[in-house]
Amino acid sequence: MSFERILFYLFAAILVFAALRVISSRNPVHSALFLVLAFFTSSALWILLEAEFLAITLVLVYVGAVMVLFLFVVMMLDINFAPLREGFTRYLPLGAVVALVIVAEIVLVLLRGFDTLSGGAPAPKPADYSNTRAIGEVLYTDYLLPFEIASVILLVAIIAAIALTLRKRPGTRHQDPGKQVQVRKSDRLRIVEMKAEPRAGRAES
Amino acid sequence: MNSVMADLSHAWPEVYILTMACVLLVVDLYLTERFRFVSYLLAQVTLLGAAMLTLGQMGGEGTAFTGAFVHDAMSDILKLFIYLVSAMVFLYARDYLKARNLLKGEFYMLGLFGVLGMMLLASAHSLLMLYLGLELMSLSMYALVAFNRDSPVASEAAMKYFVLGAIASGMLLYGMSLIYGATGSLDVATVAQAVTDEGVKGQVIRFGVVFLLVGLAFKLGAAPFHMWLPDVYQGAPTAVTLYLSAAPKIAAFAMFIRLLVDGLSGLVADWQQMLAVMAVLSLAIGNVVAIAQTNIKRMLAYSTISHAGFLLLGVLAGTPDGYAAAMFYTLTYAIMAAAGFGMITVLSRAGFEAEEIDDFKGLNSRSPWMAGMMALIMFSMAGVPPTVGFFAKLGVLEAVLAVDMVWLALAAVFFSIIGAYYYIRVVKVMYFDEAADESPLEAAVDTRIVVSANALAVLYLGLFPGTLMAICNAALGA
Repeated sequence: MSFERILFYLFAAILVFAALRVISSRNPVHSALFLVLAFFTSSALWILLEAEFLAITLVLVYVGAVMVLFLFVVMMLDINFAPLREGFTRYLPLGAVVALVIVAEIVLVLLRGFDTLSGGAPAPKPADYSNTRAIGEVLYTDYLLPFEIASVILLVAIIAAIALTLRKRPGTRHQDPGKQVQVRKSDRLRIVEMKAEPRAGRAES
Repeated sequence: MNSVMADLSHAWPEVYILTMACVLLVVDLYLTERFRFVSYLLAQVTLLGAAMLTLGQMGGEGTAFTGAFVHDAMSDILKLFIYLVSAMVFLYARDYLKARNLLKGEFYMLGLFGVLGMMLLASAHSLLMLYLGLELMSLSMYALVAFNRDSPVASEAAMKYFVLGAIASGMLLYGMSLIYGATGSLDVATVAQAVTDEGVKGQVIRFGVVFLLVGLAFKLGAAPFHMWLPDVYQGAPTAVTLYLSAAPKIAAFAMFIRLLVDGLSGLVADWQQMLAVMAVLSLAIGNVVAIAQTNIKRMLAYSTISHAGFLLLGVLAGTPDGYAAAMFYTLTYAIMAAAGFGMITVLSRAGFEAEEIDDFKGLNSRSPWMAGMMALIMFSMAGVPPTVGFFAKLGVLEAVLAVDMVWLALAAVFFSIIGAYYYIRVVKVMYFDEAADESPLEAAVDTRIVVSANALAVLYLGLFPGTLMAICNAALGA
């Protein structure tokens, strides 16, 4: 067994373990941290596949940005996860049976052969081969349309998020800075003429 | 630069819709509530312009963007019907939304982006584009379902739809990645070549097809992946249900053809069996469970499931005749569904949802004309001649019989007869029951005219199905 293969099985084992812990750990912060571990190990797998640029992007984008935000959200929103887990143990046996059946079926199918049609590993690239350059060369040429559509999907996500959250609810109070700045003394203060209070004791004279 | 222009020359309708949706996005910001109808008009103008562009391109063929995008007779026809059905949906939705203070530019923006996604699906020729088109369409639809934020039912429906949709997308992606792994290409033409050239040596590609079909069946709403459909149809605002029920079915049909026929026709024996199981289940569940419904939106949701079964029957025949019959079925179903849900919006008014079948009681005494139109739509959905539903079903059954799958045709007929009961129950309620409320209908004149034209189209296409059938045959080379 080559060293590379040992590394692959090591990372794959860590990845599966981390992914399992993401859904099984009780503490949501732990779940998020295990997800970070899962991203790290999958990026290691990508490096084994010689996709260095994507591996580093995965760490930068998902671990560096997405997961940090995720942790913020988990820590800031004090969600009680216990009610969400209600029924978990009740449905666990049924779910486990279904999952086992599916796994068994998959194994049965794949044991009959997992050969590919135009198979074989791609030839190794020379040492000065640049992944980043290769991606850059096709991203805006061969993959122009998918790239543009991906950006449209992001635009739709923005529109949808704003349309669903930005709304005037009854009871919310808004500030209007313009109005606040333009306020004059006469708008807020009213000088009321009043008779002086008669002193106690001398009243009803 | 020249090559980009050559690529774009096949995709002008898409470019135009995208541009106009962005224009609408900006224009809508500056509109006050009184002028909100401008957004609606702009959306209709957009669809009209796209239809003109597509008509101008008719007859042209070719692939663009290094094979990711295909322009052929089928994509042109499907796109034209997507515009037509969406334009009707936008019109029916207008007054419904206005009466509920939901008439916002976002409805039309998201609607147009969804239309763009459907157009891309009709033209997609690589697994990547199929996925992106599907996501664009689905994302717009998730947001539309949750559009009425004050309705807890709608939010729940959107949540269900979103979570289950994400799982289905995951399944689809997994299947695509397996097919990519087996054939080494995302391009549909190359995948097809690899499958036919080298034969199917491994199990991998079949394994991938299973996951693909699960994802596709979910998006189409075929049993046993239909669980989301009744809840979403019922929970979403009727205007959105209308949108979901019509044009996306055309896009789903395109997805089936592009993936299974263009890409994996070498594996027809494999996916035929799976589709047969799904078709029979859809017909059974759709037609039998619909009987128990009292909510008409829910009933029509189950009817959608059974129609999905018929669509699958046409595809699984595996012959050009079958595909053409399925296409005819899809196009006419989209028209029927738009008319059916359009009728519900016509009956609804401010503060009142015509959601229950009982709300149709005595419609004949309130508006004999509209009752007649509704009866026409129901007869067509049930497949009663001379409406188009009959010819659509007939075409599919012929295609299935032509490949000697008699038991499938018998099952389809059997369940259709069961299904006729609940469609005709609506007709009975309209004509023979006393109306609970006698108030006249409030729908605007243009909505009434278009709904009537829509319902009459169902009759017209039934009397003269030749032209549309010929178009479908030509599009699929039958």
